[in-house]
Amino acid sequence: MDGLVEEPALGEEGDSLAPSIHLPLLPRCFYHPVTVGRKKTEFQKTKEACLNYIQDALLQNQWQRAAEFMISYLEILESSTVSKRKTAPEAIWRIGTEILLHHSKSNIEELNYFTERMKNLGVKNYLKVCLEHIFYLLCNGLIDEAYQNLTLAEGWRYGEQTAAQNDELKLIQAYKGLLDYYNWSKKRKAMLELDEENFTDSSEQEMHNFFRQAAVNLKEIIKIPGVWDPFVVCYVDLLEFYGDYDEAREVLTEYAYNSKFPPNPNAHVYLYHFLKRQGESKKSLVSVLKILHKTVPSHELMLEFYTMLTKSKKRKKRRLGLEVIFEVLDFAGWKENVKAWSCLAEQIKQILENSNKHLDWVKEEWNSRKDWWPAFHFSHYLAKRNWQENEKLAYEKALLAGILLGKDCKYYKYVLHQGCKAKKKRFQTLKKFVKKHSSAYLRISACSDSSTHL
Amino acid sequence: GWGESAGRDKDYNEPCVQCSDVNWGLTDEGKFYCKSCHNVIERTKEVLVSDAIPNTKIQSLSKGLRKKKKIDKGWEWYVCEGFQYILKKQAEALQKLGVCPRMKDEILCCFWRCYLQKSKQAYCPRPVNDTPLELVVSDSATDVDSEPERVSPFDLSSFTESDIDLQTECSFGQISSVDRTSETMSVYSGSIDGSSYVLKRTKGNMRMSMPMTLSFCYMALLWLKEPVTLSDLLRFVAEGHIPYINAFQYFPEEIKLYGLDLKIFRVESWPEYEEVHNKMLELAAFLDLPRFPAITDSCFLHPDMLCIKYLMEANLPDELHSWTCRVVKKTGVGETNFLTLDAENESARKANYDILSVAIIIVVLKLLLLLNDQYEWVLSNFAEERNKKNKEGRLWFDFRKWYKVVKTCMDIEQKKLAEERARCLWKCETPLFYSAKQKAATLKKRQMILSLQRQFGALTDSPQVTEKQSPSSFQLTWDEENPDGSCFHGHSLEGFLQEKGNLHRPMNPEYWLCTVKLCNKKVCGHLAHYKEGDFSKSYQFILNLFSFLLRVDVSLIHEEVCLIEHKLFNARLHKKSKKQSKPKENAIRKWLLTRV
Repeated sequence: MDGLVEEPALGEEGDSLAPSIHLPLLPRCFYHPVTVGRKKTEFQKTKEACLNYIQDALLQNQWQRAAEFMISYLEILESSTVSKRKTAPEAIWRIGTEILLHHSKSNIEELNYFTERMKNLGVKNYLKVCLEHIFYLLCNGLIDEAYQNLTLAEGWRYGEQTAAQNDELKLIQAYKGLLDYYNWSKKRKAMLELDEENFTDSSEQEMHNFFRQAAVNLKEIIKIPGVWDPFVVCYVDLLEFYGDYDEAREVLTEYAYNSKFPPNPNAHVYLYHFLKRQGESKKSLVSVLKILHKTVPSHELMLEFYTMLTKSKKRKKRRLGLEVIFEVLDFAGWKENVKAWSCLAEQIKQILENSNKHLDWVKEEWNSRKDWWPAFHFSHYLAKRNWQENEKLAYEKALLAGILLGKDCKYYKYVLHQGCKAKKKRFQTLKKFVKKHSSAYLRISACSDSSTHL
Repeated sequence: GWGESAGRDKDYNEPCVQCSDVNWGLTDEGKFYCKSCHNVIERTKEVLVSDAIPNTKIQSLSKGLRKKKKIDKGWEWYVCEGFQYILKKQAEALQKLGVCPRMKDEILCCFWRCYLQKSKQAYCPRPVNDTPLELVVSDSATDVDSEPERVSPFDLSSFTESDIDLQTECSFGQISSVDRTSETMSVYSGSIDGSSYVLKRTKGNMRMSMPMTLSFCYMALLWLKEPVTLSDLLRFVAEGHIPYINAFQYFPEEIKLYGLDLKIFRVESWPEYEEVHNKMLELAAFLDLPRFPAITDSCFLHPDMLCIKYLMEANLPDELHSWTCRVVKKTGVGETNFLTLDAENESARKANYDILSVAIIIVVLKLLLLLNDQYEWVLSNFAEERNKKNKEGRLWFDFRKWYKVVKTCMDIEQKKLAEERARCLWKCETPLFYSAKQKAATLKKRQMILSLQRQFGALTDSPQVTEKQSPSSFQLTWDEENPDGSCFHGHSLEGFLQEKGNLHRPMNPEYWLCTVKLCNKKVCGHLAHYKEGDFSKSYQFILNLFSFLLRVDVSLIHEEVCLIEHKLFNARLHKKSKKQSKPKENAIRKWLLTRV
């Protein structure tokens, strides 16, 4: 390799088109490339291997083995590489906690001891460690210890707080608020059981203290967009006890309607219940439930919603009611709900007996369901099962089957047959009713191309 | 011996009262005495130091003058003194392992003193350490730039990741905040010359390092022809029988280690064979050592002897030994002149007896079994057939069976070794810190880590501190009595030999060279390079086997195999190259028809 300068080939055609390339001389060090650079020390290599062993052991639930390697891995805290030293505390904390949570020889004292050490390992992780430890204590029913830790952590400040630490601090304050509420409610319960004469000033004062602390913290956390269901519930409870209904209303409205918050059906449920307690007008109640219906059509409040709607004088509302009840029965959880079926049956009956004025409503609703409701609700198998388990259910469903699917429907035929055999009087009326309104079936399923006959 | 004090002082030039001579020395108490008439005067070193320029120092090796600093910083000490402690401990450990006591008291000590003298750290009129970095005395940082021979730490070529952090810890910007009370202490190091050791690069001088301590040890062992190979020595170090990783913990308490000392004494890697070996050769030349005691064929390090050891460890038939001897004879690697280390003679600078022996074994295996991923399996088919029929009598060596047995064993051992390495503890009780202000934090952290280690130790069943097994020369042993036939020592090579007259010749008529042409060492650092994919799986397996036994990189063994082959087939290659006009490229497999 004596230089790599290429000369243009002589006698080649078109060398005016292809200019000659003069490659530069390759420096000697490129002749035999060899890996040079920052070599990893054996210490780093063995610690990496150690970490792999620990990870394998953790994944295979070999806690003993993980503990053995942990003894060696702890040395990473004294690594000479600054970057490794920075990330080591979190790794050690998480691995150590995992081992101590699962190892058979470990107990709460061990974990507490370990967590204390971890708190001292670095400023960055202090609040995180505190928070997770508090969760652990709460999950294990150690409310008092959790409360102590929360108080300690709440008062912790170190220099300039970063944004992440800010969030953690807020969480800690929120959980402290929650526990303050818990203490307050304990106190309240105790006081309610005592006679009024035995009220002491101090205990009442204590209760108020808890209230104040709880209120401040809970209010703060609810301001941040997020899902804070338990906090909201507790806060509203506090407010209601002390009669601050305006604040409660505002809090709940914010929580439900502020677009910055993630969509949360529970928010609307809380608001609804509050308004109901306040004795709000049906109009406002309905408007709240409307949104709930849009988000969770299968919610258990839908029956209440339906009842309110059908009682209304407005045509639109009653139309919505029919929609609501149909939608509720679209879901598997409501399949065997007798109340829902009887509501629907009732509604259909009313429509039919009301000179079929709103039969087209039924037609609209049935249009999107006629393809799959028969198999979903009115199969022969279900007929047998429903009759066996719940006659009333079978009755209601049979009525609907008869009207919506005609008297040739398998479900209807079977249940009717069973009912008549059992000499139940109402089945005779059912038979007459369906016969009477058999034309309705034709009208309902008029525009169908593929009507499924069962 | 180690107890001599080699003090001298050049600043006191008054003629002696009794004999008018100017030849002063220092007693252990620090008083001056005339070397000619042994008159002791009242003047002590202390007095001088206070009004002398900070360049003046006493150099004493054994105890010397230990001035207790007002700030209780311990003794003043030089880096080479630290190394002296370490060498002493290492020699003691070797003695415990059965090495002759002469090694410590005579040979090593002599080498060390010779080194100190040659590198002008002691035993000479003007030691190098007399001029510490002037940075210390100057106020402005600009002096740093004006020093011509100063090499900034950013220029150092051999960087490991941890070095970068050491820089950020003791960056030059902090010099002005150095403790002013000690004039003789250098920048951020417990030792006096720590910084100059790390930063200054004097040409032609050999700087002491931790791997070099092992070079010293091995050199001494070699001089005495002790039955310890370099790979054995390094293995003993890795197993903890010889102090190395935290060797500084054996320093006396008064010697404080911090700052740039860490760069010298803290070890974060196991010593590498190549590095220790090359340093040893450099050292031998640097010390102008004469020819080492001759390695004859009755010596343990002679390939004829070492081959027996490795054949046994690799579970190979004893009969192969005659073949290794033949290869040794043919290539001339058994010659005393070739084997004996002679620093002046370029061709006699090898001394890698373990790798040499192992390479010879590999060449023999290639000669007999070809190892081209086909022939050896065909041979083993025959052997298996034959062994099935003749249950009595000696079994024929079956390569396939051997491979299975050895591979299983190797897999277990390698896994065990990898786990042991991961469990190894690198830090010791003595904490290391860069600066005085870090000391408290480092100590606290150490305490916490210890308590955490105890906590997790309590969760494990087995006791953490297991008694170190006494080291043995053999890592793998194979039991001949074992009925399942997993020991191949006694097996016969009949299966692949044919008799021609009274000579045995291998049935295998072919041979393939690992490389056709050797590289130029000056250009690429090695004579041959190893790329896994270029070679047969059997060859790779055998290389890996010996690489594991010796704890040495495969490429080193491969290089030696190439060398042996080139010696062996020298005549053929020489003839071949004359025919060709252009030399071929390296590392191409070429089939040569040859007969040994």
